[in-house]
Amino acid sequence: MHTVGYRMNAVLTLGVTILALICAMASLADNLNLPSPSAHVQVLNINWFQKQPNGNDEVSLTLNVSADLQSMFTWNTKQVFVFLAAEYETPQNALNQVSLWDSILPSKEHAKFLIHTTNKYRFTDQESNLRGKEFNLTLHWHVMPKTGKMFADKIVMTGYNLPQEYR
Amino acid sequence: MDWQGQKVAEQLMQIMLLAFAVVGFLTGYVLESFQMMILVYAGGVFLTTLVTVPNWPFFNRHPLKWLDPSEAEKHPKPQRQQAVNSKKKSSKK
Repeated sequence: MHTVGYRMNAVLTLGVTILALICAMASLADNLNLPSPSAHVQVLNINWFQKQPNGNDEVSLTLNVSADLQSMFTWNTKQVFVFLAAEYETPQNALNQVSLWDSILPSKEHAKFLIHTTNKYRFTDQESNLRGKEFNLTLHWHVMPKTGKMFADKIVMTGYNLPQEYR
Repeated sequence: MDWQGQKVAEQLMQIMLLAFAVVGFLTGYVLESFQMMILVYAGGVFLTTLVTVPNWPFFNRHPLKWLDPSEAEKHPKPQRQQAVNSKKKSSKK
């Protein structure tokens, strides 16, 4: 501590160490937040349902997605990524996940939404297993903090059915 | 900066940084603003730098009192070489 250089070095070293410490504490404080998210998805219409020339089933849906994820946001939240996935079982795979729609919620004000949309990404099966298939719609989300640990969770909504015939 | 000043500067630096970290964290948590925490802490680091890094007169209140040259002459340093020689001789015997 006998010269300006040494004192500058000491201030910066301790300063950055403590900065890392308070960032870690901010991340840990996120565990105190107990979110109570809610989501509801309605399939309004099956726009069309067909077999592609290569033999894969493809379906187009019109959806109403409403969700309230405001309780996910804390002071340490940068943004929340949400996506809606169709999940179903086929003889080949126990779990198939097809992403139908996604969004980035940049702030708490945008976290309560009601969206009327067709599926943003194609709902295609790798075989022709979709006729009469029962599927779940699952809203997944990833909470991205400013510093520290990322959180992910989901809400599973069951009891959706595809029609028996192509249309 | 004298010895006492160096000790004070180091302790002051540690206490100030810790205090600003605590204040910044609490401010950020209460106001739910991460930016506020960073701003308070950045201000604290800047202030700490300003207080403890330059060689303020405040840190030079306890200058070392060296002995008077005449006092030093009365107590001459022991001669090194003689001491080494006598050791060698004694070990040979």
